[in-house]
Amino acid sequence: MIYDVLIIGAGVTGVMTARYLSGKTCSVAVCEAGCDVAMGATRANSAIVHAGYDAKPGTLKARLNVRGNKLMKEIAKELGVECKAVGSHVVGFGEEDAKHLKELYERGIANGVPDLRIIGQDELRAMEPNISAEATMSLWAPSAAITCPYGLTIAAAECAATNGVDFYLNFKVTDSSHAGGIYYITNGQQTIAARYVVNCAGVHSAEVAEILGEHDFPIYIQPRRGEYIVMDKTCGKMANSTLFVVPSSKGKGILVSPTVDGNLLIGPNAYAIDDADDTQTTQPGLSEITEGALRLMPCVDTRNAITSFSGVRPTPNIYDFYIKNSEQLPGVVHAVGVESPGFASGPATAEYIAELLTDAGLQFTDKDNFIPTRRADGNPKLFRDMTDEEKNAAIRENPSYGKIICRCETVTEGDILNALNSPIPAVTLDMQKSRNRSGMGRCQGGFCSPRVVAIIAEHENYGLENVTKRGGGSWLVVPKNTKGGDKE
Amino acid sequence: MHKKLIVIGGGPAGLAAAVSAVENGLSPEDICILERDSEPGGILNQCIHAGFGLHRFGEELTGPEYAGRYIEMAKAAGLTITVNAMVLSLTDDKKVTYVSPETGYVTCSADAVILAMGCRERTRGALNIPGSRPAGIFTAGTAQRYVNMEGYMPGKRVVILGSGDIGLIMARRMTLEGAKVLCVCELMPYSGGLARNIVQCLEDFDIPLYLSHTVTAIGGKDRVESVTVAQVDENRRPIPGTEVTYDCDTLLLSVGLIPENELTRGAGVAIDRMTNGAFVNQNRETEIDGIYACGNVLHVHDLVDFVSEEAAIAGRAAAEKILGKTAPAVHSVSVRTGFGVRYTIPERIDIPAEPAEEVRLFFRVTDIYKKVRLTITDGNGNVLVKKAKSAVAPGEMESLSLSVESLKALADAKCETITVALEEM
Ligand SMILES: Cc1cc2nc3c(=O)[nH]c(=O)nc-3n(C[C@H](O)[C@H](O)[C@H](O)COP(=O)(O)OP(=O)(O)OC[C@H]3O[C@@H](n4cnc5c(N)ncnc54)[C@H](O)[C@@H]3O)c2cc1C
Ligand SMILES: Cc1cc2nc3c(=O)[nH]c(=O)nc-3n(C[C@H](O)[C@H](O)[C@H](O)COP(=O)(O)OP(=O)(O)OC[C@H]3O[C@@H](n4cnc5c(N)ncnc54)[C@H](O)[C@@H]3O)c2cc1C
Repeated sequence: MIYDVLIIGAGVTGVMTARYLSGKTCSVAVCEAGCDVAMGATRANSAIVHAGYDAKPGTLKARLNVRGNKLMKEIAKELGVECKAVGSHVVGFGEEDAKHLKELYERGIANGVPDLRIIGQDELRAMEPNISAEATMSLWAPSAAITCPYGLTIAAAECAATNGVDFYLNFKVTDSSHAGGIYYITNGQQTIAARYVVNCAGVHSAEVAEILGEHDFPIYIQPRRGEYIVMDKTCGKMANSTLFVVPSSKGKGILVSPTVDGNLLIGPNAYAIDDADDTQTTQPGLSEITEGALRLMPCVDTRNAITSFSGVRPTPNIYDFYIKNSEQLPGVVHAVGVESPGFASGPATAEYIAELLTDAGLQFTDKDNFIPTRRADGNPKLFRDMTDEEKNAAIRENPSYGKIICRCETVTEGDILNALNSPIPAVTLDMQKSRNRSGMGRCQGGFCSPRVVAIIAEHENYGLENVTKRGGGSWLVVPKNTKGGDKE
Repeated sequence: MHKKLIVIGGGPAGLAAAVSAVENGLSPEDICILERDSEPGGILNQCIHAGFGLHRFGEELTGPEYAGRYIEMAKAAGLTITVNAMVLSLTDDKKVTYVSPETGYVTCSADAVILAMGCRERTRGALNIPGSRPAGIFTAGTAQRYVNMEGYMPGKRVVILGSGDIGLIMARRMTLEGAKVLCVCELMPYSGGLARNIVQCLEDFDIPLYLSHTVTAIGGKDRVESVTVAQVDENRRPIPGTEVTYDCDTLLLSVGLIPENELTRGAGVAIDRMTNGAFVNQNRETEIDGIYACGNVLHVHDLVDFVSEEAAIAGRAAAEKILGKTAPAVHSVSVRTGFGVRYTIPERIDIPAEPAEEVRLFFRVTDIYKKVRLTITDGNGNVLVKKAKSAVAPGEMESLSLSVESLKALADAKCETITVALEEM
């Protein structure tokens, strides 16, 4: 089979492009190195659908951000994923910051951001009672929203799959060739053929450009890691909206934000790293973000931390996103250096990539039977989101909905089986976790992970030793009879 | 639906409480025990080693055997245990909502509720151990479940952080199953585990125990590949230069247990920050009338024998309240912690007009002390009770009893507080 389009990388950029094209008359495949979609920057970021006042007017970033903000909310609704317009404040401390806020305000107006306002201390305190007493003003952007970036991306991927897109997971592109107008993209074992190729490989997109055959590719990517701490739900109401500090040359600074799941998120810092896949967290890093968060909100108490994580920004050597048709390879589109606000821009980036593909010669029209939801029969509901009547009906129809597997997040066996039976089957612990939050609560999987592993193994009809945390070498257990301690 | 008594949790605490309620006159049909697992017994079902029941039954039983005794007693008492029934919420007017495959989503009210949900293990997040997030980091209890109930090993080369009893027991279990346990490291200068477990689980297997040590880094992307351990100073901060890196595939955490009090909080029951459990009086009644708590949900016990004892108190008190046999309190005394005492159970004593029996106060000390006197003093500094001990440790529960006469005297003097403390001799 020769696909019309192969998308490399299933982050928000690749997946939104796949969903967009799945509504058109062309055949599409997505290949992804990870065991799941949204395994790169899209998994671990601040989860803010930025309003769009940050980027300089006239840039691609500015345009795609503002349009993406609008589209993201629409798409979230279609997919039944929460995307809450909680708004954001860029908080100023004194005169020095006032100047910067004014500048950001003017940029925002030029970019077309709706309802932007600079507000004073009293109004800020009324909106955010826990804010530092030293905060004097803020730039208030009510259109900024929060969502679950991987949850939304997974939902969009399921929708794309429902509309006929083929997903090749655990498929890391290592080589490619080009003959007769067709690209042959391989992971060393399997090859996918396509007429058009979109490179959305995130922090590895410059490497993938070279794998595809670019010479002297102009973009160089410096991976920059950002660390976060997630606080317990008891802290989730400490902030009503996303709180930023005035950005400096080092980045947007440490923010404090509620999450859609009701936790409080603090972070990120920004450090250049060598290994683009190194998502560890460090003690100095966690201390740094704690200090940063305390500056905004003195009542933050890290004893309520439940976990920490980090994500890696694909920072390019230019100011803007590099989203272009290849000059050397006909039919190839690159989406490189898509750093923040790359998530917020996702749906607009997808439209733009489709335009570039058309420019390169791809022809399509709208499909009349596009399904905008995750499954042909709509968006499945998690047990905990059901009403009491729906809960009872679900259990009557399928008793596995009456069996709670993850007690911290109230995830039932029915939810887990549902994720296993989805168009992108959730066969690892982390895939399950990102679809229903099993293992993500207070006990961090202490109770449910052995049970989830057993359900996956039984459904897939293999032993527990075949279930991994997130593919590759992330094995969890070995059968008891194998000899241990053999290294000594 | 309505029941006179709902017991949440079918572990040793819940079972003992229900049995005691029947022994004290409540009819078994009026009692509902809700257990989320497919069988009763609680955490004991995965503790297949011996060492349970020495106090209660005078013999060494395994966890499942100990649980079995109580399951039998419950059956003999005519009680039914509803399994696969997970309680999702509790209100302050004692409405319990639970879900199960058999009954669906049900709300049931009660005259009294006994909370016996046990505890959960502290996890890596609560400790904020930095590093990457590979597979191969398990709490000791999760590992125990894989090994003892699923028949799988969570790894082959293991470092254990924390010297709580479950960690110590898993060090032995993993070794017996063929894994290499490289070391157990403990942040504090002493172990939180029982002395007998240190001997039987570590020393007998030549597993080193490093006190005042912690994990500073975890290496590996997909699976744990190394764990770095460092010594800590008196403020429990790692001392640079003391790091040692172990080549291993597994990190087990045995860093403490936290009472499972989400339902309790949801009902608005006040929680003691020191125990992480509800504030209770000597009947284990919380600050909400008719809601009781016992077992590990109230405070973490080291021995299940004491869980059973405490649960019997709660079960009896609930039965008496339902049957209208509770003598009203004429005076309340709050129990304070003094030098060297971390917490006490109960935190409050409600004294009736004619106190009929002594009240036993359980407590934990803050540190290891040699040659001490344990005391209870009243508000005026009079020593009511004292007991000398050659040594005390945070890992072992202590107790002192207040006699009927002392209780009467406290009520007569309208004494507001008493203090449990420790004096070095
Ligand atoms: C710390 C941090 C905070 C951020 N905060 C925000 C925010 O609040 N709001 C916002 O809008 N943006 C934010 N961003 C930016 C946003 O996360 C990214 O711009 C966006 O996720 C990029 O999506 P992507 O699909 O382009 O890349 P990615 O999500 O990185 O996806 C690339 C995918 O390609 C795959 N891949 C790589 N190489 C190969 C290969 N050889 N073969 C196959 N597959 C391959 C990867 O596995 C990955 O899944 C933040 C980023 C970071 C790191
Ligand atoms: C991992 C672990 C290992 C241990 N090992 C030892 C040991 O080796 N030796 C020793 O002496 N002691 C050990 N203990 C301590 C001892 O087992 C406990 O003191 C004892 O089991 C506590 O009894 P419990 O009934 O309070 O709690 P549990 O045994 O934990 O029972 C609580 C019960 O409540 C149920 N429950 C909880 N929430 C709900 C809900 N919402 N709805 C319905 N049901 C619910 C649970 O499923 C469980 O069955 C261990 C404890 C743990 C946590």
